[in-house]
Amino acid sequence: MDLDSLYQEIILDHYRSPHHAGLREPYEAEVHHVNPTCGDEITLRVHLDGDPDNLIVTDVSYDAEGCSISQAAASVMTDLVIGQPVDKAFAAHEAFLELMQGRGQVEPDEEVLEDGIAFAGVAKFPARIKCALLSWMAFKDATAQVATKEEA
Amino acid sequence: MSELTGLLPGLEVIRKDFPILERRLSGDLPLVYLDSANTSQKPQVVIDTMVDHLERHNANVARAMHQLGAESSAAFEEARDKVARFLNAPSRDEVIFAKNASEALNLVANTMAWAGPLEVKAGDRVVITEMEHHSNIVPWQLLTERKGAELRWFGLTDDGHLDLSNIDELITENTKVVALTWVSNMLGTVNPIAEIARRAHEVGAVVVVDASQAAPQLPVDVQAVDADFLAFTGHKVTGPTGIGVLWGRTELLDQLPPFLGGGEMITTVTMEKSTYAGIPHKFEAGTPPIVEAVGLGAAVDYLTEIGLENIHRHEQAVTGYLLDGLATIGGVSVLGPTDPAQRGGAVSFEIAGIHPHDVAQTLDAGGIAVRAGHHCAKPAHKRFGVQSSTRASSYLYTTPAEIDALIEGINYTKKYFKVT
Repeated sequence: MDLDSLYQEIILDHYRSPHHAGLREPYEAEVHHVNPTCGDEITLRVHLDGDPDNLIVTDVSYDAEGCSISQAAASVMTDLVIGQPVDKAFAAHEAFLELMQGRGQVEPDEEVLEDGIAFAGVAKFPARIKCALLSWMAFKDATAQVATKEEA
Repeated sequence: MSELTGLLPGLEVIRKDFPILERRLSGDLPLVYLDSANTSQKPQVVIDTMVDHLERHNANVARAMHQLGAESSAAFEEARDKVARFLNAPSRDEVIFAKNASEALNLVANTMAWAGPLEVKAGDRVVITEMEHHSNIVPWQLLTERKGAELRWFGLTDDGHLDLSNIDELITENTKVVALTWVSNMLGTVNPIAEIARRAHEVGAVVVVDASQAAPQLPVDVQAVDADFLAFTGHKVTGPTGIGVLWGRTELLDQLPPFLGGGEMITTVTMEKSTYAGIPHKFEAGTPPIVEAVGLGAAVDYLTEIGLENIHRHEQAVTGYLLDGLATIGGVSVLGPTDPAQRGGAVSFEIAGIHPHDVAQTLDAGGIAVRAGHHCAKPAHKRFGVQSSTRASSYLYTTPAEIDALIEGINYTKKYFKVT
């Protein structure tokens, strides 16, 4: 197996210096997600702002423990979603999910995924896909919780 | 490195017994299999015995009134005899076939919930240890939660041994069960079963031993260690998956109610009530894993032929060599005892700055199979302040050259991740 296709330099850069790491105030929802097979964990907070019809992801902060793939994925995700409307952030999640589940056959769109395109190689390593998705799942969960609260 | 003392004589011949060791992996790399604590590889004799059974003797056991049925029943019951000899069990009827060690342990924990002489009641105590595999923690949590009983555990010392300093406080008159592993799957520690069993028996507690990691590499004599119940799994002793063993003392097995209800475990059934078969059949409801049991019989015979004492010596030699090799690499810290005389053949370690997943992935790219994660021992990892670890585990077919390949692979991994 070609290690370099998995461990792209962009991924290793994010792993060594993760963006937006640490837990911050304010936030409307905090979630804790675990990958039960390997024990990777993330505590993630989202702070949304704006009117209920057009919520903006103002901040995503997190404390994560895990491998290079899961740490780098969290870092890249925050770059992609912070400052974006929720629907655009969710669209990025959809694109990332499609890339991960594409068995290496999906051509990623750099406009949508930016540094996330470096994860294209991960899709060829089935055991690592869940590492790349952990932070995204936590973000989706936390954001959906806030949106539900706003509606209520 | 043939000068390493304690290696099995004829190691190259033994390796030829295991066809999978000839495998070439992606990139035409030879397989370096260091994940035997997870599951062991299978010798040709186990594979052939199972194929022969399926090709020539397949039939259901105990209920088929024909020649094949008789042959299949004989092979299945002969496997029970082989396992009984392997454990030095006083009676073959004390060997219960289950699907794995987890089911065997659950059988005990589950049936102790029901009314009877061995029932664990509110206020009773069950004692386990912090180094257990989840399969020897969760069943006891379920039991004590259901019954309002108390779950306590032995802690661990910094060097990975059981902390027995508070044994008198833990094992008291209220203690009904002491359940512990013989050999830790994460730390490698070999526990003093006989000593703890003696203390447990002084208060009348039942001793349940998880021998999943012991049975592959130590001579297991249930009478010598004075256990009451002992569980192990087939696939770690060069046998197939889908078969595990619970051994228990006759008088205790007789006192436990049935576990699963169904065919073969009854004497007679009416619509109102059933009466139950004696042991071992009382605990073997339904069609058992027949060919798996036959394969397990071949596996324990294979190990006995080589000799568990010899295998143990081999494991200690290889483990000592591995520990020496790891000690030469900066940033590597071993979890558990560092004296090979006090441990089994599974060595978990950390490399500063590299996550175990990334270590395992990089080693795998070089054809080296290890395990990364919490190894189903999350509390033991937490005790040592780590979330997960990399584990290399050897077996009777492991060579010093494979350990050399691992050490080289770890050095490469450090370079790859630019860790000094």
